Amino acid sequence: MTGLPAPSPQRRLLPVLGQIALGLGTLAITLLGLLLITFVIARIVPTDPVLSIVGERATPAQIAAIREKLGLDLPLWQQFLIYVRDAVQGDLGRSIRTGQSVTAEIARYFPATLELATLGTIFGTLVGVPAGVLAATRPGSIADQIVRVVGLMGYSMPVFWLGLIGLLVFYGQLDWVAGPGRLDPVYDMMMQFTLTSYTGMILVDAALNGAWDVFANAVSHIVLPAGLLGYVSMAYISRMTRSFMMNELGQEYITTARVKGMPEWRVIWVHAMKNVAVPLITVIALSYAYLLEGSVLTETIFAWPGLGSYITDALFAADMPAVLGGTVVVGVAFVTLNMASDILYRLVDPRARA
Amino acid sequence: MSLLEVRNLRVTFATETGEVQAVRGVSFTLGHERLGIVGESGSGKTMTGRSVLRLVRPPGRIEADAMTFDGRDLLHASEREMRALRGKRIGMVMQDPKYSLNPVMTIGRQLTEGLRLRDGLGRSDATAKAIAALEAVQIRDAARVMEAYPHELSGGMGQRVMIAMMLIPEPDLLIADEPTSALDVTVQAEVLSILDGLVRDRGMGLIFISHDLRLVARFCDRVLVMHKGLVVEEIEAAHLMEAQHPYTKGLLNCLPRIGGSRAPLPVLDRAGF
Repeated sequence: MTGLPAPSPQRRLLPVLGQIALGLGTLAITLLGLLLITFVIARIVPTDPVLSIVGERATPAQIAAIREKLGLDLPLWQQFLIYVRDAVQGDLGRSIRTGQSVTAEIARYFPATLELATLGTIFGTLVGVPAGVLAATRPGSIADQIVRVVGLMGYSMPVFWLGLIGLLVFYGQLDWVAGPGRLDPVYDMMMQFTLTSYTGMILVDAALNGAWDVFANAVSHIVLPAGLLGYVSMAYISRMTRSFMMNELGQEYITTARVKGMPEWRVIWVHAMKNVAVPLITVIALSYAYLLEGSVLTETIFAWPGLGSYITDALFAADMPAVLGGTVVVGVAFVTLNMASDILYRLVDPRARA
Repeated sequence: MSLLEVRNLRVTFATETGEVQAVRGVSFTLGHERLGIVGESGSGKTMTGRSVLRLVRPPGRIEADAMTFDGRDLLHASEREMRALRGKRIGMVMQDPKYSLNPVMTIGRQLTEGLRLRDGLGRSDATAKAIAALEAVQIRDAARVMEAYPHELSGGMGQRVMIAMMLIPEPDLLIADEPTSALDVTVQAEVLSILDGLVRDRGMGLIFISHDLRLVARFCDRVLVMHKGLVVEEIEAAHLMEAQHPYTKGLLNCLPRIGGSRAPLPVLDRAGF
């Protein structure tokens, strides 16, 4: 007997560890490329960081001094190396608008986005996968039609419109949820002055502090925007789940499972689902990354102080270090998620492991 | 009493351009014997086999005047009763193990899941039984095969696993749907002889579906020749070469013979039927 690998529990894990090492290498190269692109963009755009610091009436001597201070008099490649060196050390420069460290500012804004996107993805997955399976197992049925129409609405209705209507109905009319922002002002003060911040994600921090009133308030604030993002990702995930599941249910191994007398739930949720999970992981990771990129519109409507609104504000102020810093963080999140989905993919699919 | 009785079986598919009958009235009875069903692609032989298990996927529809297995009415049995029959008393081996085994589950899990879920066996008992079943199909390295995934096995090995899996519950009837068509010729003989031995030893009924007339003649007691959803001839396998029906004769004429003339083989004349 040849070709059969030795039986051992490490068989699942060892190749995966190798993949992780390889993935980290790829990650480094990708990020370097990302830095290069953002750097080039920063030099191409017709904004002058010096001018926005010194103002229009500065003397040429003042301008030259600032240029030198910012390192703009050096050759481009040297500037890039400095940029990379700083970025590796976690220094993304200073915001021109506020004069603060971009890294520190992003550390304040990003958790808000992370919290929102994570909840949205969880919601989208928990609803989207069963909905897709339901539709796939009863093609043409009323359930299938409902999933299709609801999903189509999620695709096609602009998110800002859904958000405004949502606010109007659930906040304005029904008063079921809290309005824009992450917390009511009172709780916001409590959060800032009396509670310890561990992660910057209010739900997590409030829970860790045992401050359940803050937690409850945060929940009522996040439900609507997270539900909205969840709806959009659910629309996508349910569609993809439906088509993956339909495809798997037509496979011969499904007949085998039925011949073995397996009950239908097991045929669908174990035999087929294990195969559906393989492509679905990528879909969910992509939709998560998409939400993390800063759902600018959603964050704007809900006055959500997240990465999306941070980058937008910085852009309007021609605050390039802030824009670039935000872009790099988004890029890192994207690449990291991609890698994570690659690894998960290999854990689920034995054929991809070898 | 016969094990399986099928009377006037019809399988209909509703398509956009109207109904298509894949099987148009097939009748046969089966004891503890080996029945071959031969026919070209699309003759309805596979659908006949799957109808017995009631595993024709929608929009396919199964109808018959009667279909009983061991005295039980298969047409009106509940899905739960069908599941009990499928798991326990009727098995089916399909054409290509590349597709009929679940690619992301280990062989071990696929072999033991019936034992564990339906029969409530513990992990070690189920594993022991599964290994014994693998050894019965002449897999020497059973413990290692248990840990392997389907893509790590060769075709012949995969098909033996499939046979082992279907024989674990010791069914009374095995449907083998082109069990060797996806295999190399050398491996075919091996798998067939394993299948033959097990079916003989356990006294099972066998429905052997194939497009290979000679194979069926050698391997079965009785042969149904199907064409366009109908049985055109039912004949003792030993007398296959004396078949009367022009379609069967036509098929036989199209077979090459070792040592025969090198002239081009005749093409099946479809005008007559």
